[in-house]
Amino acid sequence: MLALDNVTLRVKQGEFVSLVGRSGAGKSTLLKLLIAEERPTFGKIFFENDDVHSLRSNRLPFLRRRIGVVFQDLKLLSMKTVKENIGFVMEVAGKGKEEIDRDVPQILDLVGLSSKFDNFPHELSGGEKQRVAIARALAHRPDVIIADEPTGNLDPLNTWEIIGLLTKINELGTTILLATHDKEVINSLERRVVSLDNGKIIRDEEKGKYVL
Amino acid sequence: MLLNFQRIIKSGAVSFWRNVWLSTAAVAIMVLNLFVISSFLLGNVVADSLLNSLENKIDISVYFKQDTEEKDILSVKSELMSLGEIKDVNYVSAEEALSQFKERHKGNSILLQSLEEVGDNPFEAALSVKTRQASQYEAVSLFLENGKYKNLIDGVDFRQNQAMIDKLTYIVGASRKVGGVVSLTFIFIAVLVTFNTIRLAIFSAKEEISVMRLVGASNWFIQGPFMVEGILYGLVASLVTMLIFAPVLSNIAPYLYNFTQSVDIWQYFKDNFWALAALQTAIGVSLGTLSSFIAIRRYLKV
Repeated sequence: MLALDNVTLRVKQGEFVSLVGRSGAGKSTLLKLLIAEERPTFGKIFFENDDVHSLRSNRLPFLRRRIGVVFQDLKLLSMKTVKENIGFVMEVAGKGKEEIDRDVPQILDLVGLSSKFDNFPHELSGGEKQRVAIARALAHRPDVIIADEPTGNLDPLNTWEIIGLLTKINELGTTILLATHDKEVINSLERRVVSLDNGKIIRDEEKGKYVL
Repeated sequence: MLLNFQRIIKSGAVSFWRNVWLSTAAVAIMVLNLFVISSFLLGNVVADSLLNSLENKIDISVYFKQDTEEKDILSVKSELMSLGEIKDVNYVSAEEALSQFKERHKGNSILLQSLEEVGDNPFEAALSVKTRQASQYEAVSLFLENGKYKNLIDGVDFRQNQAMIDKLTYIVGASRKVGGVVSLTFIFIAVLVTFNTIRLAIFSAKEEISVMRLVGASNWFIQGPFMVEGILYGLVASLVTMLIFAPVLSNIAPYLYNFTQSVDIWQYFKDNFWALAALQTAIGVSLGTLSSFIAIRRYLKV
């Protein structure tokens, strides 16, 4: 099976890039390739000067710590509480105890989950889980945030809050890669839009609209 | 570094407690494992001392001709003592043999009377010889019968006892071999079962492990808590095993002593309590840690 094909894409530091395309166009595959969750049969992916897929297995964690990912299937740590899920990535990134104790409540407050501190993921609704996943991607202040359909389970109000949050983080200098189906979101962002179809880039516009 | 270490330990302990049923199952299997290993160890002690006491009951006697002088006998004795195979040599003079005989047959007046009628002391001076292993009697008796002392020696009773000694030698050897093979087999199975239990516990966390990799955790940071859990399995299991052993052994010991007349397993347990506890902890902890370490590796490839 061929997933993705001939993409050539360069994202500059500090950009906010939306990836659009039909289901199966290759958005998720592209994002998975970036963090080496999947490996390309050919082609190369660079993060700054590092070829992501020729990094040794023990160097890979250092790269991944610089990228916060909202996975499409969320990938929350099911045996850890909400607080620990977020604390974990911060621990991994080498943050101290004070910083974690201070930031985790703030971040959960930011995504509207302050009351779910000690709940386990299976005790949360779909929308709540998604917001935990978003909080986890931001918590350790990564250089790049990759968000794969981060608003799929959210109501419009929550969607706009999250998108607002991402925009704000982007303005503070974080590069953002957003894959989404949400036409209204794309159209209101007025940022770079890359349209994928069948693994090929069919459109790449600086202030793009959702066109398929 | 130190901070990560603390985090790893805490995370492992929390996980041990949260998955308390899984932990209980793993600990139970490991208790079984340690119980099997320690039982074989203690069983070996019992069997060994039983076999030793049997071996101790065997000896051979070397009878010297009536006119042999005591100093010649003593020089045979000291030569025997210098051989590596010999455990003990005991000199019984003709007079001692006579008085021992009288003592033994005190009630039997006919026997004593006929002894009077013989007049002279009919007993010969003898050395009773014990070797370290039952299989060495043959060599010793050959040495005595054919060596430079053969003119002094009237007879060695090895030939009369040979069948019995051979049988005992065979039983001792065979039971050691069988015991060894059986214990090794059981220990092997117990280790395998423990390893698999831990493997299953980790299998249930494989999603978790790959997610940790994807958010940038290093292998040690992921593996650490699982290994801490493995250590906890070992610690708890060895504690539980010792707690089971204490009442069991103190109850069995009197019966076992009555039966064997030589083994006080309770005393042995008390004397070796810390060594046994340390051994079990070492086995439990290393098995737990190693199993976790091996089982988790395949899920770290993400």
